[in-house]
Amino acid sequence: MKLKKGIPVIDQGDRLGFWGGKFGGNFVPETLKKPIEDLEIQFNKLKNDKNFIRERDKYFKNWIGTPTRFIKLNDLTKHVGGAQIWSKVVSDANGGAHKIYNATVHCLLAKRSGKKVIIGDTGAGYAGKMLSMAAKKFGLKCKIFMGAKDIKRQQPNVKAMKKNGADVIPVYSGSQTLVDAVSECMRFWVANCDTTAMCVGSTVGPAIFVRICGWSTSQISRELKVQLINEFGEVPKKLKLYNCVGGGSSSFGFWNEFMDYDKKQVEFIGVEAGGPSKSKRHAAPLTYGSKIGILHGAAQYVNQNSDGQIEETESISAGLDYPGISPLHCFLKDVKRARYTAASDEEALKAYQIVTKYENLRPSLEPSHAFSVAIKEAKKLSKDTVVIINSCGDAYKDSEILEKKLGKKYVKSN
Amino acid sequence: MLNPISFAFKKAKEEKRPALLTYTVAGDSSKKQSLEILKAISNYADILEVGVPHNTPVADGGQIQTSSYRAIKNGIKMNDIFKIVSDFKKSKNSKPVIFMGYYNMIFQYGENNFLNKCKKSGVDGLIVVDLPWPENKIFSKKCRKNSINFIQLLSPTTSNKRLKSITKDSHDMIYYISMLSTTGGKLKVSPKKILANYNKIKKISPKKNCVIGFGITEKTISNFKNTDGLVVGSQICKEITRSLNNRQNPVINVSKVVSKLRKKIS
Repeated sequence: MKLKKGIPVIDQGDRLGFWGGKFGGNFVPETLKKPIEDLEIQFNKLKNDKNFIRERDKYFKNWIGTPTRFIKLNDLTKHVGGAQIWSKVVSDANGGAHKIYNATVHCLLAKRSGKKVIIGDTGAGYAGKMLSMAAKKFGLKCKIFMGAKDIKRQQPNVKAMKKNGADVIPVYSGSQTLVDAVSECMRFWVANCDTTAMCVGSTVGPAIFVRICGWSTSQISRELKVQLINEFGEVPKKLKLYNCVGGGSSSFGFWNEFMDYDKKQVEFIGVEAGGPSKSKRHAAPLTYGSKIGILHGAAQYVNQNSDGQIEETESISAGLDYPGISPLHCFLKDVKRARYTAASDEEALKAYQIVTKYENLRPSLEPSHAFSVAIKEAKKLSKDTVVIINSCGDAYKDSEILEKKLGKKYVKSN
Repeated sequence: MLNPISFAFKKAKEEKRPALLTYTVAGDSSKKQSLEILKAISNYADILEVGVPHNTPVADGGQIQTSSYRAIKNGIKMNDIFKIVSDFKKSKNSKPVIFMGYYNMIFQYGENNFLNKCKKSGVDGLIVVDLPWPENKIFSKKCRKNSINFIQLLSPTTSNKRLKSITKDSHDMIYYISMLSTTGGKLKVSPKKILANYNKIKKISPKKNCVIGFGITEKTISNFKNTDGLVVGSQICKEITRSLNNRQNPVINVSKVVSKLRKKIS
């Protein structure tokens, strides 16, 4: 298994859509073969089409608001006392998270193919909120599938989706979280694929969805590379990019442009959700050595029992609460391009407190996982090391959880 | 010698009727009860599809999901499912058995181990919902080597080109999905249209037994009398759920349903 240079990782899969010969693929019912093939043909053509790229960039710039800020966290750096700590504030993007890139591209594709309805899954509610925004923008009807448990814990995003005119469909099967929402969304697509476009909310699902999402979120690292050169005159000699990993869409997008750099120069650190420190459950298949299995159409490392039933996960952050992980990350792990570790619920909360104490930045619980590991590691690193954390979501959606865990006063004062 | 599945089709044809295929989930609502159900309905059905429950199914509708979650909650494991089949095969009315499930269960068991175990316990065929053509080429060859029927699926979205390639690579039986739907959906396409597609498949591949599934119930089944076979699943799963809710015996109720279905096509 080898990572090739000079070819985008999203295009390094084989004829059947497998990265490294074993991650990804298309484990789908026969009914979906045709719509998936149609989408593949459309995407392969459009991703090299200058007009389409121009259209994408126009919406990215004028509507999403690119570039998002790249800022130095001076007080946090001083407090930690090691490497320079920076953040790419992707939560600046319209809607408050990176999910807007993928949602916008899917709506552009749906419109071009003449579909009138777009459906999507959501965990934290960001993917759903962004898809509902983009659908509204492009005049598409929108249905969002969301686990009943997530609907309860991510109310601000649910309200936003409804405000944008989307149907939010609660999913009561299984663990009532993201994994079940994705299953239900795919089932709906099986029954309606002739009239409906599907947007998978992360770099997961059948290979084409992994590719489209990775292509879309790569906007993050395209901007960052320019910002780094503006700031330092070059890509720094010691650069470390920390990102939380659930399905893996923001981290892949945060790293993609730096893929061909030696990892001694640009290191990628993916932080999975370790769950409550006292619980055996987690959402960290890469960190805890889960076996390869099939989930939602793709082969990947996934939490499962010996029979192959998918196991329930547990994490304070709904956006990372997924038993599987993008085939892209399985590939990056096995070729040793990226390093993966986990932070517990408690560690993420503590990191949130530290960041908000020292900086005017409110990372949601997902990037708080990445902050936790970055802060710990930055302590031991030299001053010329540049540590960057992708703050890919805003904590507004987590108000209720933060209030419960940390107290009302704390949340309000920040 | 004909394999048991082809033999079952031949027998039905001799009686001038389509073969009746039933689908029940292994372990629903318990290991013992699902075995009893198989024994009872095999008086009327020709081929028994046994669902291998999986907890992230991407093509099952509500009724079958309910059955699957019930079975998993009651602790059903892959080895128990093989045991149910081997026990069933010892009974006097035994019929051919086809497993229907998702690829991860096979993948975790190991393809070769799985096929060995199928042979030992008497599984005659496999339907793997999420292992389409051409992804299934290698596995279906392995099945053939082990004298197990790998059953290819076709759907209304299958292009003519694909249809030809898939039927060419198929074994003795093909499964046509009647409409764009998960299992248990209401028949939203006219029987005439479904039969037109069915006839198209038969024209390309006249020797293979083609069954129609999805949306087949007591109400719709008699529209499809001139076919090789028909699959009823969700209606049976629904009957199990209904019986359990009403504290009635699912074995008796389900066998009544299957007997009625059989009468409608005889």
